Amino acid sequence: MSAILLEAHAVAKRFGGIRALHDVSLTIRQGEIYGLIGPNGAGKTTFFNVLTGLYSATTGSFTFAGAPLKISAPHQVARAGIARTFQNIRLFANMTALENVMVGRHVRTRAGVLGAVLRDAGTRAEEAAIERRALEMLHYVGIADRANDLARNLPYGDQRRLEIARALATDPKLLALDEPAAGMNATETAALRTLVAGLRADGLTVLLIEHDVKLVMGLCDRVAVLDYGEKIAEDVPEKVQRDPKVIEAYLGV
Amino acid sequence: MLVALALMTLPFALSAAGTAWVRITNLAILYVFLSLGLNIVVGYAGLLDLGYVAFYGVGAYVYALLASPHLGIHLPFWIILPIGAALAAIFGVLLGTPTLKLRGDYLAIVTMGFGEIVRIFLNNLSRPINITNGPQGIARIDPVRLDGINFGRDDVWFGLTVNGPTKYYYLLLLLLIAVIVVNMRLQNSRIGRAWEAIREDETAARAIGIDTTRIKLLAFAMGASFGGVAGGMFAAIQEFISPESFVLTESVMILAMVVLGGMGNIWGVIAGALLLSFAPEMLRYTVVPVQMAVFGRLLIEPEVIRMLLFGLALVLMMRYRPAGLWPLRARQREFSKQDVAK
Repeated sequence: MSAILLEAHAVAKRFGGIRALHDVSLTIRQGEIYGLIGPNGAGKTTFFNVLTGLYSATTGSFTFAGAPLKISAPHQVARAGIARTFQNIRLFANMTALENVMVGRHVRTRAGVLGAVLRDAGTRAEEAAIERRALEMLHYVGIADRANDLARNLPYGDQRRLEIARALATDPKLLALDEPAAGMNATETAALRTLVAGLRADGLTVLLIEHDVKLVMGLCDRVAVLDYGEKIAEDVPEKVQRDPKVIEAYLGV
Repeated sequence: MLVALALMTLPFALSAAGTAWVRITNLAILYVFLSLGLNIVVGYAGLLDLGYVAFYGVGAYVYALLASPHLGIHLPFWIILPIGAALAAIFGVLLGTPTLKLRGDYLAIVTMGFGEIVRIFLNNLSRPINITNGPQGIARIDPVRLDGINFGRDDVWFGLTVNGPTKYYYLLLLLLIAVIVVNMRLQNSRIGRAWEAIREDETAARAIGIDTTRIKLLAFAMGASFGGVAGGMFAAIQEFISPESFVLTESVMILAMVVLGGMGNIWGVIAGALLLSFAPEMLRYTVVPVQMAVFGRLLIEPEVIRMLLFGLALVLMMRYRPAGLWPLRARQREFSKQDVAK
């Protein structure tokens, strides 16, 4: 069994009287694709938002890469090595694809105002490295030919890919994808599946929220099921699929 | 090359029409500084600031206090300008800190209040200790002196009379080149991209690892420092300043320059600033003679015509060029309806 990358300890989130997450504990191992599924409103995206610092947890904590994860601001989570995408794509619409990915390098680079104004050798080298790396990422997800197109003008599937490229540019240890296949047709979903499987092959750990059960079952090493903010199952896909509690949650029996 | 030559000889051509036009040009360049500074905050980072003139005022008063008989201090301008820029930047952070969570209209209201607070302070800091000399303002401010050359006086070089405003023109031109270079380099850098990212989608920017607090404060500080430099030069050129120069309408005017030219695009902003600085002066010099010639008497005051045309221009802009005369390619797309994503 490989090492544990992320551990959630009894994470809870309440919005007023609504219990969006109730003591969710789970462990994600190094190098696996971990699926998080559940019916609409089960708290999957809330879990993402708590993990990435957009919401603060009511109670509970995370351990990431062997150290407690301090979540006081989203940018610190990104610095620690967790990158995410959004359910409703959030690109920098009026910047080019390349610029979008270059922004992703922000957290791993240092140039400040002085460097920008003086444009010394160090800053120029860093800038060139940012661009090189961003292009690499675009190649990796397969949209390098659209590098100079505005993000908003890309086809839907490419926008999803661009968001993944931007997240990858932050050098994450854990990539969290929030419904990456949402709104995709069968061909696009198949291509996405190849891409995510490739990420695992390259040693990245992936946390995947997804509605497309076929995609989750075929791709994930382990799956957790949320229902009404509680984790009701966590296992390999084949076992989760046959779990009566999961079937009940999905069919609403 | 041709542009450079034209810019170099401009003051002599203008002098033929009257030294006043050289002064007007100098003020126009100051407005270019201010617009470019505000452009960082509004155009790049997308933060609406209606109190920008406060930083202009801070820069001007720093110069006035450190180079006039009022406090008896007479520092050279190349020491004062950086101090003014730095202090303005600090004021920028002061304004930015409490407004970090605000956007759009709410931010505009708070920044507007900030501008007024600074002006009221300038007006009232004559008691108990006389710092700003209140509404009377500060007079007899030192002109710029550089290597024995006094920018406030005329000189004869190589048989050519070079008056004060002309000397300031060249100094401002040099500063202008520096300001433009700084602006362009900032836009095209790690920091500039972070500003744009915040403008485009703040949540995504945070999630991707941008410390939005720091980057926004940086935008406020950088924008303010440009205003500080412009203020310092304004004080030196005018040799007199009072709180009256730093009123809300000035903030609105500078914002109008940025928006008219095309937010985010350096050249558009420069064009907007020049246009809105020169147009009223042109009117002032044409309206009266034209009316006298046509009607034989003055029917409509120039000031009335100015506001009339200004209003008309605003309406026409909204209708035909909502993204500005010379918009950033991205901003242009933002406003065009045919090109909605998906």
